[in-house]
Amino acid sequence: MNQIIRFTIDGTECMAAKGQYLVDAARENGIFIPTLCNYPGIKPKGSCRVCTVKVNGRLMTACTTPVAESMVIENLCPEIENLRKQIIELFFVEGNHFCPACEKSGQCELQALAYRYKIMAPRYPFAFPQREVDASNPKLIKDQNRCILCKRCIRGIHDEKGRTIFAYKRRSNRVEIGIDPKLGKELSDETAQKAMDICPVGALLVREKGFDIPIGERKYDKTPIGHDIEHHKIPTP
Amino acid sequence: MKTFTLKVLEKYSRDKTRLMDILIDIQSEFGFISRESIAQIAHELQMSEVDVEQTISFYHFFSMKPTGRYSIYLNNSAVANMMGRKEVAQALEKETGIKFGEVTADGLIGLYETSCIGMNDQEPAAIINNQIFTKLTPFRAKEIVRDIKEGKKVSQMFSASYGDGANRDDSVKSVVTNNIRKIGPILDPDYKVGGAIKKIITLSPEDVIHEIKNSNIRGRGGAGFPTGLKWEFCRNAPGARKYIFCNADEGEPGTFKDRVILTELPRLLFEGMVVAGYAVGAQEGILYIRYEYKYLQEYLEKILQAAREKNYLGKDIMGKKGFNFDIRIQFGAGAYVCGEESALIESAEGKRGEPRDRPPFPVEKGYLDMPTVVNNVETLCAVVKVILHGGEWYRSFGTAESTGTKLLSVSGDCRFPGVYEVAWGFSVNDILDMVGASEKNVQAVQVGGPSGSLIGPEEFSRILGYEDLATGGSLIIFDKTRDIISDVVLNFTEFFIEESCGSCSTCRILPSILKQKVEKILDARGVMQDIKDMEEWGKTLKASRCGLGQTAANPILTSIKNFRHLYEEKIQRSKDFDSGFDLSKAVQEACVATGRVPNI
Amino acid sequence: MSKPIVATTSLAGCFGCHMSILDIDERILDLIHLVEFDKSPIDDIKKFSRKCDIGLIEGGCCNSENVHVLKDFRENCKILVSVGECAIMGGLPAMRNGIPIRECLEEAYLNGPTVKENNKLKIIPNDPELPILLDKVYPCHEVVKIDYHLPGCPPRADLIWEALVALVTGNELKMPYEVIKYD
Repeated sequence: MNQIIRFTIDGTECMAAKGQYLVDAARENGIFIPTLCNYPGIKPKGSCRVCTVKVNGRLMTACTTPVAESMVIENLCPEIENLRKQIIELFFVEGNHFCPACEKSGQCELQALAYRYKIMAPRYPFAFPQREVDASNPKLIKDQNRCILCKRCIRGIHDEKGRTIFAYKRRSNRVEIGIDPKLGKELSDETAQKAMDICPVGALLVREKGFDIPIGERKYDKTPIGHDIEHHKIPTP
Repeated sequence: MKTFTLKVLEKYSRDKTRLMDILIDIQSEFGFISRESIAQIAHELQMSEVDVEQTISFYHFFSMKPTGRYSIYLNNSAVANMMGRKEVAQALEKETGIKFGEVTADGLIGLYETSCIGMNDQEPAAIINNQIFTKLTPFRAKEIVRDIKEGKKVSQMFSASYGDGANRDDSVKSVVTNNIRKIGPILDPDYKVGGAIKKIITLSPEDVIHEIKNSNIRGRGGAGFPTGLKWEFCRNAPGARKYIFCNADEGEPGTFKDRVILTELPRLLFEGMVVAGYAVGAQEGILYIRYEYKYLQEYLEKILQAAREKNYLGKDIMGKKGFNFDIRIQFGAGAYVCGEESALIESAEGKRGEPRDRPPFPVEKGYLDMPTVVNNVETLCAVVKVILHGGEWYRSFGTAESTGTKLLSVSGDCRFPGVYEVAWGFSVNDILDMVGASEKNVQAVQVGGPSGSLIGPEEFSRILGYEDLATGGSLIIFDKTRDIISDVVLNFTEFFIEESCGSCSTCRILPSILKQKVEKILDARGVMQDIKDMEEWGKTLKASRCGLGQTAANPILTSIKNFRHLYEEKIQRSKDFDSGFDLSKAVQEACVATGRVPNI
Repeated sequence: MSKPIVATTSLAGCFGCHMSILDIDERILDLIHLVEFDKSPIDDIKKFSRKCDIGLIEGGCCNSENVHVLKDFRENCKILVSVGECAIMGGLPAMRNGIPIRECLEEAYLNGPTVKENNKLKIIPNDPELPILLDKVYPCHEVVKIDYHLPGCPPRADLIWEALVALVTGNELKMPYEVIKYD
């Protein structure tokens, strides 16, 4: 039997099973903490920093921090909200995010967060980096321009022997995602689709797919990201 | 190539956690790691090729293209620049006929830049095929290229004067000098190996930890975590095996004291690791050394072997039944971030040196997911003295909050750069006097390296210690001839950009943006808002995962705080907005492409 | 009291944002009561005839002329608003930003499938009368100070309307979730 512990988020009393990651614990209490690199069922990595909260006064990522008894969490204070806005803006200037031409527009988590935070224009200068579109894979197109390096594909997709199919290349601001030359060629349709679904942005696309949902009916056209969590309160045990 | 690679794989029992060693051996043999080797390694280790490549492409000293039969890595730290690096670089480019980042057409010479190599007291310095060349001049650069073209071995290329101290040892034979300027209880040459081991085997591990706690010693890497507590956590953490790591990845620009310890007192360090092993119940110690110190490998292996022969290492150490402990050396391959303990562990497991999320901490789940202690070189040396003389004795040095002594790596504009062992509690002014830097000439001191703070004369009365100016020991002195913003802040910021692991957003993206701001100000296009932006945006880096990211804006933030006037002098006071856009520059490329005169 | 004066222009844009301004439907009648237009393609006034209150900029800066027009707007308008993705981040024209200009020109005038056979003299236009391309397409706020941004490709008519009303009346801008979109 899991031990139930109590903690607060912005003063609201919450309960969760001990050891649960904060972001999940918050969700079960009907509180949305924004994330980008986090994905259900994949070990968290804390790389996008968007879910940063204050835990007992210290900045911590909610996706990697297990909840503990009497934690005092600040989620919606101006400092944290401004920080998140900044981080989201950083992603927009780091890559080349041409939303109007993107197959994932309307379904993209980065874009959805920007909508939620009502970002009209990033405060930082655009880098306009030179990035490549890799269309050499028979099943997938990888557009590095749109990649936010969240590692969801790296962490979430392996072959039957547990080998990674996607991986980082290089370091610093030159990091990009590589697809394994051998394993990549053997991707099944199912895995390719999984890769596209796991990608929060439009960096991994199944060939000849996209723009299949009309504008107005896409995931984030009418309701903001996190809306389902905030409006579907699961009763705490 | 194939058989060699196979041999290497066998040497490391086809263990993919030893990927670093495998890659180092292949890189050293061929000067690069080929696609074929990658495919072979991936196949034999049951990994994917991208997985092997992600490790290779992370480290500065690994390359997938040939790096030249002689690869010259010239340090580009701020102090190297101050000591004439630019002229040396020009001479190298002139003599080789190539630019940095290139290899000569005949594949003979490769020229590369590299972050601080731990020789700040003898710059400009370079690494050529794992050997260090210090105090370079354009003349020496010319000689080196000539020698290379004549086919001399690197070992024949040193000038007649070998370095001092143990650098002269047959297995080192390097031109590096140790520049030990002040000796205290740690650097005391009157040390007989084994005394601490003899003592601890009469004590219980708990008693050893108790004595360390009693000394109040805190980690010497800079973060200052109480050592005894760290050991206790690790001892009490459940785990089938436990590990002691010595962090000798000193990559903070301006620090080199660990290199001096590794050269002069490696036995003391190894004894410290044995003590730690006994205290926490570990049987294996790993000395993680930065690749830049590869020239010490043979020497250190020799000393480890001697220690095994004397039963300071091995089974039933000094006759103590069941006390087994051995040490292996793990080299890095060029990545500052691996000095962060969890990144170091990742690297030692054969992966990219990306810091882990905490919790869990390494003392609970570290190397191979086992409880692991990571201690600094200097910390492990100090514990030996604590065991020998007692915690109370140790506390007699330093201040109440910062006990013991600290090794300082002093470089920059002073008469006697080198290593100084001083008790905590000295003021910056005291240190400046000690190292022959006249107070009236000193403009600024970088305390604790780029991740520390840049302070000015009004703060020179502050004292070194965890309660005031905490430092891993790097002190870089800048006199009044230096341009703080362009010579120091810009260089350090570039360092952080290059050394970011790239996995967390803030540290990967923001430093480049901040650098643009600094350049805009240097370009005389800055306005007050740019200073405000840097202050505001710099704070965002605090949300990064590790210390590197969290401190990446420190050069900018602390220089704005302490040298605000230097920024304000360079901005345009008459304007409150300037985008920095320059139409004449923006049309240049098109004018060249179309052959037009820019009639804008 | 005289009505606030509005100017508009399209730089490196497609006029889609202007279409979206017209897309406010019958509210355009209210708009005429609220404001007057000066330099704008809507009334075809080519030059500023007076200082304006609000300038709406569509498109980013891809050439020297765009920069001059934008600076002219900055000088003549109290408030400048970037309207649409191109003005805010370069938009689709900025997709050329990673490509050297020579390559862009060669593709456009020498090698592209529609010109390959037709440009027999291999001419890349370089008449001094032509605006000069910039090294990349610049967002407007990276050239001059921009006061407000209205994202969208194009921005929803409702967003443009609400923004204009808010600017003119000084009331707070109403921004329901659906109106802020980047496509």
